[in-house]
Amino acid sequence: MNYEELLEIAKVENEKKAQFVHTINVCVAAGCISCGSQELLDAFKREIEKRGIENWCKAKGVGCLGLCTAGPLISIEPEGFIYKDVKVSDIIDVIDALGGEPVKRILCPSDMSFFKKQQKIVLENFGKIDPERIDEYIASGGYQSLNLALREMSPSMVIEQIVKSGLRGRGGGGYPTGLKWTTVIKASGTQKYVICNADEGDPGAFMDRSVLESDPHRVLEGMAIAGYSVGADKAFIYVRAEYPLAIKRLRKAIAQAERLGVLGRGIFNTPFNFDIKLRLGAGAFVCGEETALISSIEGNRGMPQTRPPYPAEYGLWGCPTLINNVETFANVPAILRNGSQWYSSFGTEKSRGTKVFALAGRIKNTGLIEVAMGTTLREIVFDIGGGISADSKFKAVQTGGPSGGCITEEFLDQPVDYESLVKLGSIMGSGGMIVMDDTSCMVDVAKFFVEFCMTESCGKCVPCRDGSAQMYYLLNKISKGHGTTSDLHLLEKLCEIIKNTSLCGLGMSMPNPVISTMHYFREEYLTHIHDKICPAGACNIEGGRK
Amino acid sequence: MNERQGKDTQEQEDRRLRMVERTMRMYGNEPHALIETLHTIQEFYGFIDTDLMLFVSEKLGVPLSKVYGVATFYHFFTLKPQGEHACVVCNGTACYITGAKNIIDEIGKQYDIHPGETTKDNKLSLLTARCLGACGLAPAIIYDGVVVGKQDPMSVIDTLGRWIEK
Repeated sequence: MNYEELLEIAKVENEKKAQFVHTINVCVAAGCISCGSQELLDAFKREIEKRGIENWCKAKGVGCLGLCTAGPLISIEPEGFIYKDVKVSDIIDVIDALGGEPVKRILCPSDMSFFKKQQKIVLENFGKIDPERIDEYIASGGYQSLNLALREMSPSMVIEQIVKSGLRGRGGGGYPTGLKWTTVIKASGTQKYVICNADEGDPGAFMDRSVLESDPHRVLEGMAIAGYSVGADKAFIYVRAEYPLAIKRLRKAIAQAERLGVLGRGIFNTPFNFDIKLRLGAGAFVCGEETALISSIEGNRGMPQTRPPYPAEYGLWGCPTLINNVETFANVPAILRNGSQWYSSFGTEKSRGTKVFALAGRIKNTGLIEVAMGTTLREIVFDIGGGISADSKFKAVQTGGPSGGCITEEFLDQPVDYESLVKLGSIMGSGGMIVMDDTSCMVDVAKFFVEFCMTESCGKCVPCRDGSAQMYYLLNKISKGHGTTSDLHLLEKLCEIIKNTSLCGLGMSMPNPVISTMHYFREEYLTHIHDKICPAGACNIEGGRK
Repeated sequence: MNERQGKDTQEQEDRRLRMVERTMRMYGNEPHALIETLHTIQEFYGFIDTDLMLFVSEKLGVPLSKVYGVATFYHFFTLKPQGEHACVVCNGTACYITGAKNIIDEIGKQYDIHPGETTKDNKLSLLTARCLGACGLAPAIIYDGVVVGKQDPMSVIDTLGRWIEK
């Protein structure tokens, strides 16, 4: 494979695409598939064949269109119409309407803030290309950044671009990506590894799943560029076994890339070799922590190690290892293609670029979005998200999963970036955003997260193992109406100790949901304790009024 | 007839074991193949029994205690056989706050089981998942491997009833 051949593939693919006057893009990401989009796609193909219009009209599967709540979604190119809740019975009308007025009853308004207010970098190919065909990725400019890096840039030039772009780890920690890469390149050792952390364990988050399902090659390209920059020739993607579709598409993508020669040996006629293997997680939240993830790839229990040494110096099998999140890698090809200056023009002073969020919970437009850093929470929840479903009242938005906190109405005008969220007692996390209304009880929510961490604690260090059980005991007591004010003080003290003395991120951040709910919703805790009442009606108060 | 059936099961058994051996070979029979091997066993046998753990332990040169340790550490692996049908209720945050708890309670009431258990007639196993990533469609449920979104207690009981009769 050389650059000319790559351009040739893109040219042939674009010419093929230009033949079709209309393209019907059917979303085939996991959300829409569970609403029957695969049957819909087959039905479209049959109908097109039946009418004999396959010369100018094509139906194909594409990645996530974003608005998961209204699936199955389809989009019509070149007009850009998006149809929601499409049923097999609608296809005749949809095909009849091609080239004319859209079918009004299933049309998403084109001025919908959900689509308008987004800034897509990582999701740029979503809803446009078929994730199972490498040719379409190449036709959209794919693998050109890898070629650019290999043929025209030295590893240090690539890293310099990443440093200048201001990209920070999208897994939640926000560690500067360029700095991490620099540490790995400086580490001594002939064998180095790249690992993509796709163990998206946060309940309520599905960004990585969508990226892997909708644009897998983007991640592979980002990883290869990272491998070239840090001097690694072997890589692993550690992906959750709970994401069968993402695994299937990744396997297919790796096989296609190897066959074309954009992965494997002598990529783009350079001496650079890069080999990517998949490893399946087995349902342990703690494996999202980098040292636990490495233990798991080595075939052990996923237990974290004390740091330092950091994986950048002593990682997989003792070799220097670069670990980044799926979304971080997915940003890399775009940064090289458009330049670091372009990338750093998005976002805020300290948090550059965009962030993908998964909106879920009691919100009208649940789904996947990408916004520039610094967008306010209000814009995300009320404009893009369309506000609260039904007629209930907004109560809180939870970010960062079990390691994050709840943010209340009064702080909705705060910009979303790493520092602001920490100031509010939450964290950016990997990007799950769960919106809650007044049917959610905050004591119950805190209990839910603590129970999660209690079962997911690996058991290695005492504060996390025993502390989580004690926290759960206290929260359970309060939620049942047996709590006292001294339990609340004990809980506060316990949070402090666990936060300061745990071995890894899981334990250190575990008290966050409790601390933040106790801070913003102390009244609610006190109502459970003094009045034996759960205002939201979610807790089973024993012997009390409900 | 019985002989024939016995033969079939033997062939089936051999085939499954070959798959397990294949996975181990793919990773050079190295100790780090352990988790991938357990995945293969889980996929083809539905659960991981002691004999297979012993087999893997010998083949990969990993102590049995470690095989057991790893198999019990990860939630994805089960050491008990499942019922004919498996109903997995997602208990991620989005599903939880949109009512997964009520669904689990209702199934428990109707079929007298708790999460992780199988009914006495071995028809139905009730499981919970941490998060399926189908949060846009919360609450979500997997019926024998098929993900279905936007469920409520009544629709679930309805589906389960029809499904088990079949």
